[in-house]
This record gives sequence, structure tokens and C-alpha cells, in this order.
Amino acid sequence: MSRFIERHAIWSLIILLGVALAAWLIFAVWPPGLEEAIGRKKVFLSAVFNGITLGGLYFLVASGFTLIFGLMRNVNLAHGSLYLFGGYVGYGISSATGSWILAFIAAFIVVAVIGVLLQLLVFRRMEGQDLRQTMVTIGLSIVFADLMLWAFGGDFYQIQTPAWLIGPIQLPLMTAMKSSGEAVFLQYPLVRLVIFCGSVVIGIAMWLALNRTRVGMIVRAGVDDREILAATGVQIQLVFVLVFALGAGLAGIAGVVGGTFQSISPGEDTRFLLASLVVVIVGGMGSIPGAALGALIIGLAEQLGSVYIPTYAIVVTFLIMVLVLALRPQGLLARR
Amino acid sequence: MSLIQEAQARDGGLTSRGAAARPAAWSVTEQPWAWAVAVLLLIMPIIANGFFLIEIFGTTLILGTIALSLMFLAGYGGMVSLMQLTIAGFAGYMVAVFGVSGNANISLGWPWWLATPMALVLAVLFGTLGGALAVRTEGIYTIMITLAIGAAFYYFTNQNWAIFNGHTGINTIATPHFLGIDWRMDVAFYYLTLAVAALCYFAVLYLSRAPFGLALQGVRDNPRRMAALGFNVNAHRIAAYAFAALIAGMGGVLQVWNYRQISPGSVAVERCIDILIVAVVGGITRPVGPYIGAFIFVILRTFALDFLVKVGLDGNRFRLLIGLGFLAIVFWSSDGVIGLYERWRKRGERGEARTRPGGHGHG
Repeated sequence: MSRFIERHAIWSLIILLGVALAAWLIFAVWPPGLEEAIGRKKVFLSAVFNGITLGGLYFLVASGFTLIFGLMRNVNLAHGSLYLFGGYVGYGISSATGSWILAFIAAFIVVAVIGVLLQLLVFRRMEGQDLRQTMVTIGLSIVFADLMLWAFGGDFYQIQTPAWLIGPIQLPLMTAMKSSGEAVFLQYPLVRLVIFCGSVVIGIAMWLALNRTRVGMIVRAGVDDREILAATGVQIQLVFVLVFALGAGLAGIAGVVGGTFQSISPGEDTRFLLASLVVVIVGGMGSIPGAALGALIIGLAEQLGSVYIPTYAIVVTFLIMVLVLALRPQGLLARR
Repeated sequence: MSLIQEAQARDGGLTSRGAAARPAAWSVTEQPWAWAVAVLLLIMPIIANGFFLIEIFGTTLILGTIALSLMFLAGYGGMVSLMQLTIAGFAGYMVAVFGVSGNANISLGWPWWLATPMALVLAVLFGTLGGALAVRTEGIYTIMITLAIGAAFYYFTNQNWAIFNGHTGINTIATPHFLGIDWRMDVAFYYLTLAVAALCYFAVLYLSRAPFGLALQGVRDNPRRMAALGFNVNAHRIAAYAFAALIAGMGGVLQVWNYRQISPGSVAVERCIDILIVAVVGGITRPVGPYIGAFIFVILRTFALDFLVKVGLDGNRFRLLIGLGFLAIVFWSSDGVIGLYERWRKRGERGEARTRPGGHGHG
């Protein structure tokens, strides 16, 4: 961190000022002039929270994508289909058993098994042929999308939020001051916060597993140079299968989260594939912290954009991608 | 396989060269039956009626032209761009915005001879900027970035009402009338598409042998060596994007004249991927490939419903059929239908089963 400040003094200053400004916007009671200029603070705070929690969801999808890409150089364009399928599995389980937690477990396992099958039956046969693998994932995404349309129809499904998570929670953040001097606090849906905390926990667990365990060390070595890793006697095929299972399983979990947050329907696969692409391009290919940072940026940009400039919201997301590609083509947190 | 090997060669430093060392060698001019196809295409209006003429052959030529722009980038430049349909759709939108359409509050009402060049110029600009962005990274990343550009444009057209009229799109777009002919009449429009397709085809064929095309193929095979020889690698790549954008733009203009309306559905992500499927199924190493792929695609799209119902399946499973067909081609043939044909012909010539050098990466 201190090295970064030494080497990029101006950037550090800009980032610091941005963080300070954001903190002031979030915690201070807005003066009337500001409220007139850009609307009420409640709208802004809700957008920020929606952005952060959406970022959590994007992180779940994109971390699996970036993990698979980082280790296997496989741009899995069927990742959105895995997300959608996870959502459908979660919906089926939760409506059959009524258990939300069980939906997560089932979605993770089922989608992870699909990931294992894909790696064993398809991608292992064409190892090292990046472009061909990508073409195959495109073909698979078409086939999966149509099979799911066949099986589940074009309807919208929403996974039932469990009773103990329904309802808003009061956050210690003031949105306004009443004329009587009484503070008005922000109300926010509890389930979104719980899910966000869940994705943070998953993110930290992944970081710890990658940086503190032996398997994580092998995976990191594989990201750097898989030929040398294979030459040292590590069973690289097993590592590939495990990582693919984990990445796919995360997409499955994300599907359940997305089905609870929003809804699942045909077309969501493309939406989340695009989100993972942009997140990974912005954050840096193959980097888990990069995926977290990228997901946060894109989630915030999307939500704030759709509140303040509704018809050009997607342009903001896109401009961020362009800016990153122009300044740091390898992504914000990639090493190379 | 050549494309894929090319990518491998660049990534892994391998130098094995595929069968497509001279991609342009297998062209219309060297095949005797190609003359038969050319004559058949010219006298098509006598054989086929309106439906077949426009819905099958006209659509094939338009789709093939858009896919040709992808073939040019992928086959000669080694850059698989998924935004070619987006560029075509952008050109179509621009024709609608600058020209005459049913949405008078959006369209500027320019005559077609002004609106069309404007649309093409803007499409080339769009393609060049997108290309300049895509060449910031290499190889496999190109797909991701161009797909992101295509998807962003799709969502943008959905959201934006001021220029693109949101998800309803722009309707009843005027088509050109000149020389006393309504160019949207079946026969006239067919010849128009045929002329544009032929122009683009021969332009790509010419360019593949011109110094620029050769340099581009050099850049594809070994960018580092080309840079050492004094070629500006990125400039060549961006120029290739610009040229491909011109071709895609022409296809897009024809497409909007054909349907007389354009909406975000025309530039959806699935459509972008369809273009890749068309090019890959036909064969991505030769300019004729995209047209073959487009023909197969259009035939499937038109008749799959009847066929599936006849076999006793749900008629709506057209995309499943397309996806499985695409997977089969990617799995078994390295170079699409052309690759299959070449293998079959070689087998016939030698009288023995001999796999092409490009086909060894299957197991």
C-alpha cells in the first residue's frame, strides 16, 4: 500500500479525496442546496446500497469466471448459463422443500457437478486451444439456454425469501433531519444486507484459501505457469477439475442470490455474462481482489447511473470499461 | 483449424503452420463449378419466386456479407470480433435516423444518397474506435471486449429513446428510389444485394493478396517479428477493423432496407453470436465460407420449424438445433463446412484416408 502511495502520489490523492467525498455524502446530513441540486439523500443512499449489494452478486458470478479463466485460460462464455441454471435449481428446491439454505447447497452441488462434467468431457479434450474452447462454450451457452427455455418456459421466477429475512432494517445512517430535530434513518431490506455479507465472507474465504493453503498455493502457481507446475509433479488435471467445480458452483450460488434479489428468466444469462465480462475486464483477468473491486465499481455505476441518468446508465458502465482499457489494459488489479 | 492454430502459435510460441498457409488459394476463380454458382446466382430471379428470392437468397447474401467482415478479421487478422453485427446494426440505425422513416420525431429526413454514406462513415468510425479499444489487448481477450461492446450497444438501444427509440425501434424506413426503379422490389433488391455481396467478396479476395492483406496475415502469425520488421502492428489491426466495419456497415444498410424496420432485437447478443456461428460453420479461412455458412443458417432458420414438427419434436427448438450443429462443427471440423469438403476431396484424390495437417488437434 505504502509503495503504491509512493509511486502514484497523484492517483493516491485523487482516490483519497474520492473516498472522503463519498464518506461525507453518506454520513453527513445534506445541506438544502445539495438536496435541491441532485435530489433527496434517501434516494442517493438507497442507490449506493443497491449498488454495493449488486456488486456482491456480481462478485459471486465474476469470481468463478475469473478463477476459471486465470487457471485454465478458458473464457467460459457459458458462465451465464450456469448462473441461470443455478437459479432454476434453487427455485425448484426452495419451492419443493421451503428451505432457502438448502436451495444454496443444492444449487452449488448440481452446478458444480455440471462444471466437473464439462471440464472432464469437453475442455480436457482441447486443452491449450483457447479459441476453440471459447467457441465450444458459446455453442454450449446456446444449447443450455434453449434447453432451459424448453424446461422452464419463458416465465419469471422469484425465489421466496425466508420469513426471518423479510422486511426492512433500520440502518444507523441519517437520511434527513425533521423540522422537530428528530433524525430519519435509512430503512433497507435485511435480505440484501445478509446476502452481501455472505458474498463478502465467501470472498474472504476464497482469498484465504488461495493465499494461506497448500491447494491455494498450487492454484496460484498454476495461474502463473501451468506447464512448470505440471512438470513439478502436481496432478494438474485434478486441480483443474476442482477449480472448475468451484467456479461453476459459485455461479450456481449466485443464481440463487439473483433469484432472491431480482428474478430469473431467459435472458438473465446474457446479462450476467456481460456483467462478469465487464467486471473481469475492469478488475483484471484472473484476479480475485480484482473481481471484487470491479464488481463494486460496476454495481455502483449501474445503480447510481440508473437513478441519475436513466437513459444513459449503460454508457457509464461502458465508459468505465473504456477508461480502464485505455489507462491499464490488463485491468486495475492484474499483476501483468 | 488454422485460426485456432494461429492463436496457439501466437500464445504458446509454437510455429507449426496449418493447412491454411495460403488462405486465399481456394477461391471462386480456381474452381470450375464456381462459375456454375455465379451463373445460377445471376439467373436466380427466373428460377425462384419472391419468397425464395428474398427470404432465402437475399437474406443469405446480406448475412454472409456481415459474416464476411468477421471472416476478414478472424481469418486474416486473427481477431475474432463479436461486434460485427453491432456495427451492421449501428449502420442500419443510422440509415433510419438520418433518412426517412415512420418516426418523424427522430428521423432527420435526409435523402437516401446522403443518409447512406453518412451511415457508412459513422459505422466505419464506430468500428475503428471499437477496434482501437479491442487491440489494446490480444488474442482471447478480443472476444470478451467485442462481446462487451456488442452487449453494451444492445442495452443502450433498449434504454435510449432520444436517438434509438427504445425497445420499439424505428419502423417503416424508406427505401431508395432512383433511375425510376423501386430498389425494394424483389428482383431489383436481389440484384442490389448480389452486387454488394460480390463487391465485398472480391474486395476481400483482392485485399488478401494486396500488400496490406499480406502484412495483416504476417501480423496474425507473428506480431513480434512484424514489429521488428518495421510494420506498425496496431495500425494494421485497426485498419483491418475499419475495413471490416465498412463491409459490415454495407450489410447492415441492406438489412435495414430489407426489413424496413430496426429494433434492439436486431442487435441482440444472440444475433452477434449468430454471425460468429455463420462464419465458423462456413469456414473462417476463406471469403466464400461466410456465404456458405449463411446459406446453411438461413435454410435451417426457415425450415427447421417444419422439419422438427415433421420429426415429432417441438418446432421451437430451432436454436437447440443451431447450437448442436455449431458444437458438432467446432468439435469435428477445424474449418467449418469448407474444411469438411476439403478433407473429403483430399481423401478422394489420394484414395486413402489422410487427415489434413490442420486436423490433428482433435483428440
